[in-house]
Amino acid sequence: MSAGGTFAAPARVAALPRVVEAPRRRAFDWGSVVVHALLLICVAVIAFPLYYAFVISTQTVQEVVARPPILRPSVHLLENYAEAWGRSHMPRLLWNSAIVAVVSALGKIAISMLSAFAIVYFNFRGKAIAFWMIFITLMLPVEVRIMSTYEVIGSLGWLNSYAGLTVPLMASATATFLFRQFYMTVPNELVEAAQLDGVGPLRFLWAFLLPLSWANIAALFVVLFIFGWNQYLWPLMITNSEAMRVVVIGLQDLIPRTGTHVPEWNVMMAAAMMALLPPVTVILVMQRWFVKGLIETEK
Amino acid sequence: MKRSVFRNRALPYLLVLPQIAVTVVFFFWPAFESLRLSLFRTSPFGDKTSFVGLENFRKLLTTPEYYQSIGNTFVFASGVTAIGLGAGLFVAALATQKIRGLAAYRTAVLWPYGIAPPIAGIIFLFIFHPSYGVLPYWLGFVTSYEFNWLLKGWVAMALVILATAWTHVGYNIAFFLAGLLAIPTSVLEAASVDGAGAIRRFRSIIFPLLSPITFYLLVVNLIFSFFGSFGVIHAVTQGGPGGATEIMVFKVYKDGFIGLNLGSSAAQSVLLMILVITLTALQFRFVEKRVTYS
Repeated sequence: MSAGGTFAAPARVAALPRVVEAPRRRAFDWGSVVVHALLLICVAVIAFPLYYAFVISTQTVQEVVARPPILRPSVHLLENYAEAWGRSHMPRLLWNSAIVAVVSALGKIAISMLSAFAIVYFNFRGKAIAFWMIFITLMLPVEVRIMSTYEVIGSLGWLNSYAGLTVPLMASATATFLFRQFYMTVPNELVEAAQLDGVGPLRFLWAFLLPLSWANIAALFVVLFIFGWNQYLWPLMITNSEAMRVVVIGLQDLIPRTGTHVPEWNVMMAAAMMALLPPVTVILVMQRWFVKGLIETEK
Repeated sequence: MKRSVFRNRALPYLLVLPQIAVTVVFFFWPAFESLRLSLFRTSPFGDKTSFVGLENFRKLLTTPEYYQSIGNTFVFASGVTAIGLGAGLFVAALATQKIRGLAAYRTAVLWPYGIAPPIAGIIFLFIFHPSYGVLPYWLGFVTSYEFNWLLKGWVAMALVILATAWTHVGYNIAFFLAGLLAIPTSVLEAASVDGAGAIRRFRSIIFPLLSPITFYLLVVNLIFSFFGSFGVIHAVTQGGPGGATEIMVFKVYKDGFIGLNLGSSAAQSVLLMILVITLTALQFRFVEKRVTYS
């Protein structure tokens, strides 16, 4: 890697005696220019697909199919977005996705907190079994139990319902482990002091642990929100009515398949932008929590 | 360390109940159903089931289509993982050079993680579009080869691999960044004082220290591309052209939901289950190791 050279860049010398800081005009640092240039190229390559999708979403069909391709935005943004909004029942799709993402994330956090609390702060018969049952869910993703889960949801009468869309997503071994890990770092003195003061377990959870957990909850929420919003196989299986579709699946209908449709890729991309904007915005706005959540749920 | 605990007979059970209930109803029961169904044969109208033992597995393992789907899965998973890890390490190594703007660069590469793979697939579908897409147009200047994913299986595969890797590269970068930033600068400085060049420092210090994270990411990327890849295939190629992008997870769905061959679909589920258990066990062996390091 040509960029490796700058690893040798001089270390900070603040702690050394003044002599070292004697004015010594350093040559212009070409190494870091190269690094910046390479990084900017990487950023541009990564950003290109989204930029291109945005550009297409602002063009007319004539501009979309033009050769050579036009790579700068046009002025038809509003028409295309209005068209996509109306044609695909977009408000309903976005609403359903928001429900699935928020409810499944909050539900997951709530039940994981409770079970981690039971596992860390109580001794009870069957604790090891409970722990292993939660652990094993990691090994059973939806994809390996497609047909039979469909039948289970069917026999509960939960097809095409918010319950069916959210409740089965709520069991999460990773969230439980995160809370367990966190509770173990809470000093034992806190529990002892609380117990001396006659604080019961539920009050301890509510008034002591919960306020300490906000950073973890925020981090987890961001990661789980993204996860829920981007669910595909699950909602595809258990919903077949227009009214219950989530946005990632609803977009399908707008894909102009070659040969049979007018190539309205501008409307398609406008809809795609609307579907991807909420989760991407959440990542950008809550970036600090997002990174924390990503790294910590995997421990 | 002994922790103080609360004394209560019923409360701990009530606290784990919601989690265990969801787990039993939506994980264990269906998994057992899959195991059971894999030993039965259901008539096309679903009115009769009969026990057939391991017949579903025997049939599956003697059809070439199944081996094709295994091969496709392997190509897909290694493609996504190789691109994801390679690009991730490259960008992370660049961003941790002694330059300004680390946080800004991280933001600039992290956001694609929020894009669902099927949506990424739709965007790449247009980039690859044989008549309007920008990629075949640019490639047209270099070669007269026709990059039409509707006709050429490998082009379709490249499309879904790139779209999937695109959504996942930020994840790998975030982990590599965390790993690289955790390497004490004093170690690197000591090495450079001893005259180790940049490449040597990377090979003999950075890479070994990074290997637990690399291994972890390897397993996570494999799991992700084995199981999280359904959406992009379903939304974009539907397994085509000619089964070229039919990966194992998509075949489970297709044979079960569309072909209504429940026994075969269940048998495939069971084989996938064995695969994911192996991968998860690998992942946790690593976690255990890392715990002993720290």
